[in-house]
Amino acid sequence: MRSLLRFWPDIRRKLHVYLTIIALTFGANAISLLVPALMGRIVDGPIAEQDLSALWLPIAAVLGIGVVEAVALWGRRMIAAKVVSQWEITWRARIYDRLQYLSIGVHGSWESGQLLSRAINDMTQLRRFFAFGAPFIVSTPFVIVTGIIVLTVMEPAFGLIAVLMAIPMLAGVIVFNARYQRESRASQDTMGVISTQVEESVQGIRVIKAFGRAPWVTERFEAISAHLRAIEVRKAYLDSWMWAGTMTLPRLAMAAVIAVGSWGVLAGWTTVGTVVAGVTLVMVLRIPVEMLGFLLSDAIMSVTAAARYWEVMDTAFDITDADGGIDDAPPSRAFTGVLEFDDVAFGFPDTDLLTLRGVSLRIAPGETLALVGATGSGKTALASLVPRLYDVSSGAIRIDGTDIRELPLNELRRLVSVSFEEPILFSATVADNVCMGSPGAGEAEVWEALEIARAADFVRALPAGLDTEVGEQGLSLSGGQRQRLALARAVIGRPRLLVLDDPLSAVDVDTEERVQRALREVLHASTTLIIAHRPSTTALADRVAVLDDGRIVATGTHEELLRTSRTYRDLMGASAPEEVRR
Amino acid sequence: MTPAIRADEDTEAEELPPDIARRARRLLGSLARPYRGGIIAFAVVVALTILASVLDPVFVALALDEGLPRAADGDVTALGWAIGGFVGVTLLGGLGMWLANRLVGVLAQKIMFDLRTRLFVHTQRLDLGYHEKSTSGRLVSRQTSDMESVQQFLGYSLMDALSALGQMTCIAVILVALDWRLALVVFAGFIPLVFTTRAAQRTQRAAFRRTRTSIAKVIVHFVETMGGIRAVQAFRRQPHGRQRLESEDEQYRDANVRALRGVAWFAGSTRLIGNVTQAAVMAVGAWFVIEDWTQIGVLAAFVLYLRRFYGPLDELVQTFNLYQSASAALEKIAAVLDTEPTVEEPDHPVALPARRSADAAGRELAFSAVRFSYGEGPDILPTFDLRIPAGQTVALVGATGAGKSTLVKLVTRFYDPSAGTVAVDGVDLRDLADAALRRSIVMVTQESFLLSGTIADNIRIGRPEATDAEVEAAGRAVGLDADVARLPAGYATDVRSRGGRLSSGQRQLVSFARAFLADPDVIVLDEATAHLDIPSERLVQSALETVLAGRTAIIIAHRLSTVEIADRVLVMEAGRIIEDGEPAALIAGTGRFAALHRAWRDSLA
Repeated sequence: MRSLLRFWPDIRRKLHVYLTIIALTFGANAISLLVPALMGRIVDGPIAEQDLSALWLPIAAVLGIGVVEAVALWGRRMIAAKVVSQWEITWRARIYDRLQYLSIGVHGSWESGQLLSRAINDMTQLRRFFAFGAPFIVSTPFVIVTGIIVLTVMEPAFGLIAVLMAIPMLAGVIVFNARYQRESRASQDTMGVISTQVEESVQGIRVIKAFGRAPWVTERFEAISAHLRAIEVRKAYLDSWMWAGTMTLPRLAMAAVIAVGSWGVLAGWTTVGTVVAGVTLVMVLRIPVEMLGFLLSDAIMSVTAAARYWEVMDTAFDITDADGGIDDAPPSRAFTGVLEFDDVAFGFPDTDLLTLRGVSLRIAPGETLALVGATGSGKTALASLVPRLYDVSSGAIRIDGTDIRELPLNELRRLVSVSFEEPILFSATVADNVCMGSPGAGEAEVWEALEIARAADFVRALPAGLDTEVGEQGLSLSGGQRQRLALARAVIGRPRLLVLDDPLSAVDVDTEERVQRALREVLHASTTLIIAHRPSTTALADRVAVLDDGRIVATGTHEELLRTSRTYRDLMGASAPEEVRR
Repeated sequence: MTPAIRADEDTEAEELPPDIARRARRLLGSLARPYRGGIIAFAVVVALTILASVLDPVFVALALDEGLPRAADGDVTALGWAIGGFVGVTLLGGLGMWLANRLVGVLAQKIMFDLRTRLFVHTQRLDLGYHEKSTSGRLVSRQTSDMESVQQFLGYSLMDALSALGQMTCIAVILVALDWRLALVVFAGFIPLVFTTRAAQRTQRAAFRRTRTSIAKVIVHFVETMGGIRAVQAFRRQPHGRQRLESEDEQYRDANVRALRGVAWFAGSTRLIGNVTQAAVMAVGAWFVIEDWTQIGVLAAFVLYLRRFYGPLDELVQTFNLYQSASAALEKIAAVLDTEPTVEEPDHPVALPARRSADAAGRELAFSAVRFSYGEGPDILPTFDLRIPAGQTVALVGATGAGKSTLVKLVTRFYDPSAGTVAVDGVDLRDLADAALRRSIVMVTQESFLLSGTIADNIRIGRPEATDAEVEAAGRAVGLDADVARLPAGYATDVRSRGGRLSSGQRQLVSFARAFLADPDVIVLDEATAHLDIPSERLVQSALETVLAGRTAIIIAHRLSTVEIADRVLVMEAGRIIEDGEPAALIAGTGRFAALHRAWRDSLA
């Protein structure tokens, strides 16, 4: 319940509108309660007195009430449509935005499908609830209470019957509530697992097809989907009790009203008209009572959805500006670009094992340092620390002597340009994708960057050149082409600091050669950390550092290291390859 | 339809065929068919429940018109019977309600399970061409958001709709029986009702289709952002992502508001019609009673029934709403299910001949007059013949876009050739059962996708029935052992979302381990060593040589180190094989490969 109440600030902003919605809901329901009373009036008045002319007034009233009710209904839905649809997207925007700023480490701890189901399914649930469930759940008890009061005024005995009916109902609701909450949470979480599996099965389709593992992933999917089926069936079983109860109890009350009413007519303490009115009223009250079952399960699902939403929203930002926030566009300062690692240790957030230990390096402005190391030695982790995708576990990284944690996060990220090992392009044009590295760059700069990455030729050959849409929703490019675009994005605008993670792994030898020649010229302008697997790449560097099992074991120029470091010779394939090869 | 114009096709993919509504109905029919028995049982229970619930006003009329006057005369039996009957039908109705809810719950869930599975299986069956054209987010939205719409309808509204319709029919019959003249007044209200429903159906269908399409776009954007979150943060794309979500979501909101306002008009007008009818019945009824043409009990029953007659209209409106949304969703699902994969399993698969011997498991690959193009587009691979003898290791060399990847996609049957045949040991790939094909030919790609689960689970994709020892042996063979030992739970370590915990080199090793475990006849490596350091690459290569000795292998690699283990080199350019020979012979020559090789030699230390 608390999780739903936390939406209060949003509701308060639209409180006048939402109150109108509730008032209209309540009004429409309450006003229709008058119809049975008017009916009793007709029976005991014009009909009893055989006076046709006296009929017009109550009939006009019934008609008037009918019109008002219909207009109220229409009005409620018209108004609610806008408000709740806006809330749905506002809340989704918030959860999306929170996720955008949460660190990579936090993202790693969530399955991607769980996030999707929270942002989509849960938001739809909340929208439906605020449109329909919430105003009804607020107004229905009032309608029922009002009905009982009207009934009591009409005939106290009838009122007593209604109250007696409410007792088993409340007891049932309490039991139902607890169980339904459990199932509802299980169902929504399972939906998240389903999303994850679907996402994987589509994104990993090549692997699955290459190994013919469709039957295996299908089995996995069937298992989770059968699990969901079981939960949903349990929910349906709970519903069956609730709905059978809400249907039976008001009717039993009706039977009681007829029995007691008949006795009253016989005993002379009530009239036929009152009994008819009483029965009609209970009949009218039945609709909100029967709805209670639905409203309750809807409310419970919404509480769960809201709780899942707040779980994301309550996750603290762990990588932020010094003041705890994250400024999108902090003022920029000039840096000379000294990059320093001071006794850096790093372990991934969910383990005590350290991936990097005691790493100390200093890269001077304009210097290029190549980082080499075996698979899994921690190179990519080290590179991720510079733009603070992860934070160091101990020690510090400094730029021009300032701890990078002291810099506004987005100033650091503007200062440090990166290209990842696996190039990620966005669904946008080639120009947009390249410009991301230096927002505001002109077309000439884009072409210059594309030239350096030797991507200009193939971009020119694309159907719409620079304006060709690429990324997931656009043209699919080969691995080498994507990597070169990512490289262009990194080098555009001559960044002060450049972090390149194996930038040419997927590029063919011919092209690699040419890219390297061009890179060599621009690298002088930037302080560069480049991760390399190949001698050709390390040859670009002024200095090379060798990473082995999370520690720097040697630094020096390529030639020096070839002479002095056996690890380096191994890595570069320079030590008697015959040994390895057979 | 070359992949080059994919951006345009993308919007096209959202356009549904004109007969989609019929297809969606056919899909629903085929889903319901296996459960005919259950559905009939459900219909019977619902009918009985309705009957029980519509009978109660009869007992009310009986009690008031017959029971009460007689009780006044001292005979309470009629009153007793009426009230007893009322309680009886109420309890029966309650029981029916209980049973019907359980039945519909089970049936709806069985149908949902079938639909989910069917969509999942079909998505897996669809050819790679389809997957390359469609974004993953769109298929995810079919399986999540659209499914939810269908489930909402089946699980919650179907019964409401059925019982509302049934109730209205029963009540109509009873009303005629009670007083046909008054009943005519009620039925007069039907005429505007039919028109309103017709009009609403037309506009609402379009409106709900728009909501399905626009939410799919939101999902696509969401999936893309979360999938590329590293780049989003590193390139400070958050403001842009926010704007894009906002604009996609605004379209969704507008579509939603339109759909919901359509519902408002529909709900308001049906209610108005119901209420006006009610006033009319009261006026006419009272007049009839005064003129003594009908009894007061009949009028009371009429008013009671009228509430119930138009009461379910609310539910019908709600159901109508959900139905429109569900059918729009079902249409989208049907469109995926109706897409036939272009690469299909044969109806009568041919078995591969037995392996020649346990340690010489390679098979011969033969391309005969093969030509390939995407759809009607230009030839990517012009007609060619190629024979790779069993056990041969072939290196495929050439610039990006030369057609190397396309050629191996034909070997793995990700695509079928536009003309000619690709055969393994003389058997056309199209005649092989998928399971046999995948056991025999395995590919390792540059992008090593990890599925959620442990590292062992991921290696086991190569051969699901492999023991832990075999999985670890495969890991050892490719040099993954030392890295895995450092992980918190060794091979049982969870790779987390998208395998974030392993470096790309390590992931590639996992892919290799899969291939080793699979123990295929033919292995295809498409840039599979790009992310490996030189010692790892050599280790993998030597493992390839020993573990896969005698297997047929096709290797695409930019690093020509691979060529050193190849028996034969094919150089490709613009879709054609321009050089073909032993590596040593080609290196000694003056062709393209000799030049490439020299450049590569120079790049080494």
